[in-house]
Amino acid sequence: MGIEEQLTTVLAKAVIETNAAESVKELEAIRVSYLGKKGEITSVLKGVKDIDPKERPIIGKKANEVRDELTALLSHKKERLEKEALERQLENETIDVTLPGKQVSKGQTHVLTQIMEDIEDLFLGMGYQIIEGNEVESDYYNFERVNLPQNHPARDMQDTFYITPDVLLRTHTSPIQARTLESHDFSKGPLKMISPGKVYRRDTDDATHSHQFHQIEGMVIAENITMADLKGTLELLAKKMFGEDREIRLRPSYFPFTEPSVEVDVSCFKCGGKGCNVCKGTGWIEILGAGMTHPNVLEMSGVDSSKYSGFAFGLGPDRIAMLKYGVDDIRNFYLNDQRFLQQFKRKG
Amino acid sequence: MKVSYNWLSESLDLSAVSPEDLAEQITLTGIEVDSVSEPAKELKQIVVGNVLTADRMEDSDHLNITTVDVGEEDPVQIVCGAPNVKAGQKVVVALPGARLANGMKIKKSKLRGVISNGMICSLDELGFSDSVIPKHSEDGIYVLPQDAETGADALPYLGLDDAFIELDITPNRADALSMRGVAFEAGAILSQTPKFTGVNLNEETSDSIENYINVSVENTDDNSVYKMRVIKDLVVTESPLWLQRKLMHAGIRPIDAVVDVTNYIMLEYGQPLHAFDYDTLDSKDILVRRAKGSETLVTLDGQKRELNQDNLVITNGRVPVALAGVMGGENTHVTAHTKTVALESAVFESSLIRKTAQSLNLRSESSSRFEKGLNRETVQQALDHAAALIASLGNGQVVSGTAQIESEQPVYQKVTTSADKINRSLGTDMTVHDLESIFDRLGFESSVTTELVEVTVPPRRWDITIEADIIEEVARIHGYHKLPSTLPHSESVPGELTYAQKITRYTRHFMESCGLGQAISYALTTTEKAKAFAYSGKEPVELDWPMSEEHKALRQSLVSGLLDNVQYNVARQSKNVSLFEIGRVFNQTDSTLPSETTHVAGVMTGALVENSWQESHVEVDYFAVKGIIDEWFDTLGVREAITFVPVKDYSEMHPGRTAKVFWNEQLIGMVGQLHPSMAKERDLNETVLFEIDMEPFINNEHDTIKFKSIPKYPGTSRDLAFVVEETVLHEEIIKVMHASGGNWLKSVRLFDLYQGENIEDGKKSLAYSLSYLNPDATLKEEEVTKDFEQVKLALTEQFGADIR
Repeated sequence: MGIEEQLTTVLAKAVIETNAAESVKELEAIRVSYLGKKGEITSVLKGVKDIDPKERPIIGKKANEVRDELTALLSHKKERLEKEALERQLENETIDVTLPGKQVSKGQTHVLTQIMEDIEDLFLGMGYQIIEGNEVESDYYNFERVNLPQNHPARDMQDTFYITPDVLLRTHTSPIQARTLESHDFSKGPLKMISPGKVYRRDTDDATHSHQFHQIEGMVIAENITMADLKGTLELLAKKMFGEDREIRLRPSYFPFTEPSVEVDVSCFKCGGKGCNVCKGTGWIEILGAGMTHPNVLEMSGVDSSKYSGFAFGLGPDRIAMLKYGVDDIRNFYLNDQRFLQQFKRKG
Repeated sequence: MKVSYNWLSESLDLSAVSPEDLAEQITLTGIEVDSVSEPAKELKQIVVGNVLTADRMEDSDHLNITTVDVGEEDPVQIVCGAPNVKAGQKVVVALPGARLANGMKIKKSKLRGVISNGMICSLDELGFSDSVIPKHSEDGIYVLPQDAETGADALPYLGLDDAFIELDITPNRADALSMRGVAFEAGAILSQTPKFTGVNLNEETSDSIENYINVSVENTDDNSVYKMRVIKDLVVTESPLWLQRKLMHAGIRPIDAVVDVTNYIMLEYGQPLHAFDYDTLDSKDILVRRAKGSETLVTLDGQKRELNQDNLVITNGRVPVALAGVMGGENTHVTAHTKTVALESAVFESSLIRKTAQSLNLRSESSSRFEKGLNRETVQQALDHAAALIASLGNGQVVSGTAQIESEQPVYQKVTTSADKINRSLGTDMTVHDLESIFDRLGFESSVTTELVEVTVPPRRWDITIEADIIEEVARIHGYHKLPSTLPHSESVPGELTYAQKITRYTRHFMESCGLGQAISYALTTTEKAKAFAYSGKEPVELDWPMSEEHKALRQSLVSGLLDNVQYNVARQSKNVSLFEIGRVFNQTDSTLPSETTHVAGVMTGALVENSWQESHVEVDYFAVKGIIDEWFDTLGVREAITFVPVKDYSEMHPGRTAKVFWNEQLIGMVGQLHPSMAKERDLNETVLFEIDMEPFINNEHDTIKFKSIPKYPGTSRDLAFVVEETVLHEEIIKVMHASGGNWLKSVRLFDLYQGENIEDGKKSLAYSLSYLNPDATLKEEEVTKDFEQVKLALTEQFGADIR
């Protein structure tokens, strides 16, 4: 049998074996047995040196063709087998993608902090500073400097925890206003501030009273601040807290540190103003107190009340949270029951 | 203040406004309305009956069988249990089908076999509170006057056809603590001037007050006006129905005609009055003065009061007979036998009355009016009106003249402002005419031009003294709903968080991302809890007059409260609890105010990872918590400055698993495991906690981070294992490694810690990986080896480490 026939026969055998191969490993064995150093095709090619030099180019060409054909075949087959193997592997690796993921725990923000930060962010955006003060204050800053002298009847409205006759737990965050007014340099611009924090009143704790609660007060003092500015600011605040469709109404009221003073109602977010159990049928819910800063408060802090004027408002995050989320017992905010706290985990 | 709509109608035309509309308008222009009630809406089928017969039921000790004419053809039979029912009385009858105040419905019924066609009513059943029902009718039915028309609707007789507007009056609007004050307020709203009937006083000219009373006042700062009239030849009786019902609906119990008149006048004018039985005064001389330390007075309520310098008293020249403005004396009050009444109308210094009422816990309608101020213009008018009425109801005579000390006259306060100022304050553009009409409605005289607004405020509005008060009056009568809405347009200033606020917010986010939930606890706690975990050794700041032991002292640590929260949760089947709190702790200082320091604290107990299909249970331990604060310190850029020092003597903490935390040399907190016996007391498993003072971090703003270029050359690492005494601390080893490790040692990581088999007792085997890097060149093997050998040497020398 001539070399050419030998090559054809070997190739035919190799093709059959290759086609029958079921693994990359088998293919490699086939490659070695034909194309390896001692492989059949290699062996055939080794015999080329013994043949007639005239026939050598023809045989040589043929031999190269056979080798290339087999190489290509093996490579295609290998690719196919690898692809099949990968498919099988992936098939085997399939998981139940609905199984629960690994545990990640994220603690929740206290609901009161959420309310307060929302309000803080709103006012930061309008150029207000956040100023915090002491929770233990002097009687002087807590009362006298906000126009509540000794024996003022309005002191009844705020029963107070005293530590000494001159030192008390602040009953509102207003002493911060007095202290800030005193130190603010009006030549550097208007005073726009909010002061969030804990406050304390002599109340027996029950579903609607707490001896400790939170307050956020705001104040703007500059030249030409009007009550209309107060109304506009509070409208913005009400919409931010209770939704774009809310309206507010101002009712005359009394606070010693503002004149005029108003209570501010927001149109009921539950019934929209028709009257329901949340607004007790009135369509309105009282949410905060406000007014134009009393000239005495300005003067006592050394601010010229004929030149500067402004407004102040105060609201209770506890009450806002109770209204907004329908919480029926204020004590929930301070018990820190995880079953309560975690209800406010959602951010969106 | 409960305002009767009918009473208000005596001075205003309310025909065009319903009680509800009026209430709404009052709320929006001035005074908050608490509620509007119309009793007639609840009551029906209630008529006047005439009791024809009343006989005790044979086998009953309290039931009576009555026949009552209710204006129908035949009288009806009603069984009545009231002890005071008698034939001939005019009574209030609820007919079958009637509805009473508590929602009770009346049906024909049988009592002990006797048919009862309705019910004879007590005031209680008609909705009157026990506290206002006259004593004689408390346990029985209410008897109407004889002229009540049989069969007529009974509600008008009792004022139950009226509407009542409950006003919630703020301290500045004490002028509305009277019907006249409310009438002026409602008049301003409705653009009406209230009309009051004049006082018809007939003095007995043949007898003069000088024959009875001589008034003197020790200090007119305490008592600026004191007036007294005398009414003689009286017969003290029950007051007429019109007066009784007015009082009852205002929340005051009718007593007798004299006392009732003083209360009625107080409601009408806001002027409290006091009536003395003149004969018991036993003196012509009335002296108002401060009490002396040794004096006592038995007040109307039968209590003996110890008096002091802060109490103002009315004396008969010798001893106190009344606590001025607060309560009368028992020995001088009007009784059924009183013939002559000395009637007082005065102005007492408000803070004095407030102090006395507070210290004796004797708040009354009268003391609260003195405290909040009253209309100086009607002191005399109220006295005259009351004297005339007492005389007319008791068939007596008013002695001519008033004994008085009057150190000041009512003031008509002039307040000036300008239209421009008003408009600039409110953001409005009201005209001169608008302003004039507002002042007219308020009943204030005014002179208004563009430049100058001058308002004369009558004494009945003593709350108005400054420009801002006038602006408020204009704003509320104009209507807040008419104010435009704008935002302040002023020079803009940046609004941003302070560094401290940023760090505080960051810390909150950080703790949450580590799985701890935010808690907010009470700052006031028990003295014991306030001190726990604080280790300051100082006594906590305590309230002067706490409401309870539970909330008595200000906390010195946050962990104490958090632990309560954890215990609360665990006791309710929440076994895995991770909470943190950022808040103030309080400590006494040498100055007046205590120090307030912001801390962050956390408590963790239960599973960090729960058993699941894929993960196995991991319990919270010391290192889980330490890892959190390590990373927190790292992100604050202070990790290098922090050291943990073992501490054994914190009684609440595990002695082998607790560290004090130092920032540089300063003790700033602790981290550790709760003492197992404390945990057991609280039914907790292993519980780990930490508390750190945040002040050093929120007050120290760092330099800006400076970028270091990313190393271009590869680093290399060497592992080092050795055995040392188990008491040698990791942190000490790290320090030595860094100190001896050469320039290129960048970081050290502990990757193994082993004690047990093959390691001698009392020793531990540690394995560290040391990373070396030269940012400017490739590190040579020899350089690293040389540095590495130095570390080994140092460990051997300093700790006797046995290098493996």
